[in-house]
Amino acid sequence: MSDTSTEYDSDIEAAIRANHPALITYITAGDPSLEDTEAYVEALDRGGSDLIELGLPFSEPIAEGQTIQAAINRALAAGTTPEGFFELVEDLEIEAPLLVMTYYNMILQYGGSEAPRASEEASGQRPRAKPDVRPFVERAAEAGLSGIIVPDLPAEEADPLRDACDDNGLDLIFIIAPTTEGERLDAIMSRVSGFAYVQARLGTTGARANVSGATHDSLARLSKYDVPKAVGFGVSEGDHAAEIIEAGADGVIVGSALIDIIASSDDPSDAVDALEAKAAELKRGARRGAETLTDDPEDTPEPEQP
Amino acid sequence: MSTERERDDEYESGGGTFGDYGGQYVPEALMPALQELEDAYERYVLENEDGFMDEFRERMRDFGGRPTPLQRADRLSERYDREIYLKREDLLHGGAHKLNNALGQVLLAKYMGKERIIAETGAGQHGTATAMAAAHLDMPCEIYMGRTDVNRQRPNVYRMRMNGAEVNPVEAGSATLKEAINETMRDWATTVERTHYVIGSVVGPHPFPQMVRDFQAVIGEEIRDQIQAKAGRLPDSVVACAGGGSNTMGTFHAFVPDEGVDLYAVEAGGSSLEIDEEEGMAPNSATLSTGTDGVLHGAMTKLLQAGDGQIVESHSVSAGLDYAGVGPELSHLVDIGRVTPANVDDDDALNGFHRLSRLEGIIPALESSHALGYLEEEYETLGDLVVVNVSGRGDKDLETVLEETEKRDLEAAPEIEVFDG
Ligand SMILES: Cc1ncc(COP(=O)(O)O)c(C=O)c1O
Repeated sequence: MSDTSTEYDSDIEAAIRANHPALITYITAGDPSLEDTEAYVEALDRGGSDLIELGLPFSEPIAEGQTIQAAINRALAAGTTPEGFFELVEDLEIEAPLLVMTYYNMILQYGGSEAPRASEEASGQRPRAKPDVRPFVERAAEAGLSGIIVPDLPAEEADPLRDACDDNGLDLIFIIAPTTEGERLDAIMSRVSGFAYVQARLGTTGARANVSGATHDSLARLSKYDVPKAVGFGVSEGDHAAEIIEAGADGVIVGSALIDIIASSDDPSDAVDALEAKAAELKRGARRGAETLTDDPEDTPEPEQP
Repeated sequence: MSTERERDDEYESGGGTFGDYGGQYVPEALMPALQELEDAYERYVLENEDGFMDEFRERMRDFGGRPTPLQRADRLSERYDREIYLKREDLLHGGAHKLNNALGQVLLAKYMGKERIIAETGAGQHGTATAMAAAHLDMPCEIYMGRTDVNRQRPNVYRMRMNGAEVNPVEAGSATLKEAINETMRDWATTVERTHYVIGSVVGPHPFPQMVRDFQAVIGEEIRDQIQAKAGRLPDSVVACAGGGSNTMGTFHAFVPDEGVDLYAVEAGGSSLEIDEEEGMAPNSATLSTGTDGVLHGAMTKLLQAGDGQIVESHSVSAGLDYAGVGPELSHLVDIGRVTPANVDDDDALNGFHRLSRLEGIIPALESSHALGYLEEEYETLGDLVVVNVSGRGDKDLETVLEETEKRDLEAAPEIEVFDG
């Protein structure tokens, strides 16, 4: 972790600091197909995303609201596999660093043998290896990913994954919830690399119509830690982005609002332009929030794009 | 209850792990609530602070109807030419062992100052027990239940509603227990500060597997005393059905140190033990027999999963066994050879249902019928003195049993056509 220098070991921290205020976008890989995802990610990159989170779908997404849950179901129905996911990552031509967001079981099982059939088990064939996080992390690093975020892996259970990430130069991002306080907060913040993912409100992911008061409280609690903070869960509009940056965040994270665009497009290719435009709107909103901070506290008109 | 027995079983380390299994794999927002629950569990359940356990025992006796009988099954004993005893959890209030845990947790939530109860249910027995406990203790209650299970366990949906609970059908996936748990976790992650999630089995993040087992351990403790009074010794084997494993762990826990007592956990073999990876489904719920290690619903345990880590949909004729996971402690006991996993297919479970109904005048839950199916197949290996846990009564299953029996040629079934009209 760095203090005042502008060189960072972490691609992710560097990207957030260099592009402050940062826009972080999320979509689910394979929704509705991996080819479409490739075009979408490139559109989000063009639109001004400073970091892109790609979801590797898992069948039991307990931290997700209906929008992302449905995207995950579409991706699984389209046959999205971990290997297909990594190949997509290798094919992408973008500037923003990439982060994979997935559930812990997907990481544990990667590279394991297929589930043994009962008949094979009985005859002792193909014993399945114990789950191990390393094959996934090594493949992620090789494919060019910069970090991992696992919504069902609290810091207490994360040592094996953190060690593997450290050994492979990947950031492991932790979520800070509105309920995270006191010693737990210290313990988690001491392990964060890249940025702290600040959960804007209790509950699951999903676009909301306003910014929660919990966001302001969380950012105030976190102000003493010198780690970039990005706020997600419910952000859907440029105005939210402005408000969140104004409240002291270094970045905003937007997922469900982008997936709404994908889900409501009649033809998958229609979504490309809309995604680029939405990213640009969010990035403008974030900039507006930053300018309000540095300029006078009066309302400032929307700045022109550079 | 188990607080009175030795607690330092070597396999149970601190921090909620059993060998390689257990842990707390949940969204960060829930972690402080798990810590709060762990503290409350230690104080009230393990240390009886404020007389919690005294109140719990008294309510289990007067409201719940404990102790339940251990009955000698005369005609089964004759049929198998050995002593067969039935633990009658079907006689507990609500008709299944589930009340032991539900009442314990709702009372604990009350002691913790929580204002609202949520729960998931598969067969509806846990939902019913939770709704009853919540009404009894005057707490608002919402239950999540898969649409498939709502359709096949209607009597329990009515009972939950009668007791004032709201029932929320869940449409995702195969719309059974796994999906209901996902949805309840989402509710909990939103309302965690004032809500307690009453998990229905020995599954989920620490401290649930340990705490639920402790509330259920009364089953095995009663069996131990009752069999010694009636037969003068411990049984040769104890047989119980396993879905998530609360009935199994509750029945077995008191016997784990008694190496001379064989413990059999009978799962749903469904229609086949194979997994269809293409379709992402297993036509069974035989997790202990065929599952592999992974993380689901907050714990490392054995799971039904495809090679790449996706959880597959499970299937069983019995809603209460239809789950792709199982409790971490049970996974560990199987790994170290203390519990023998077994499974019985849908047909043999239905035969078990009909046989007990005809021979003993007890209509068992379809879940429990798996244990009775196993008894029929394997009695010769079970020794001279056998206890089978009848985890619940089968009233809730009558529609399913009629429909499923009509489709098959079952040797123990009565003439089904005569039910027409
Ligand atoms: C009567 C009965 N027995 C057994 C079970 C299986 O659950 P568990 O293995 O947690 O006892 C259920 C679940 O609903 C049930 O209703």
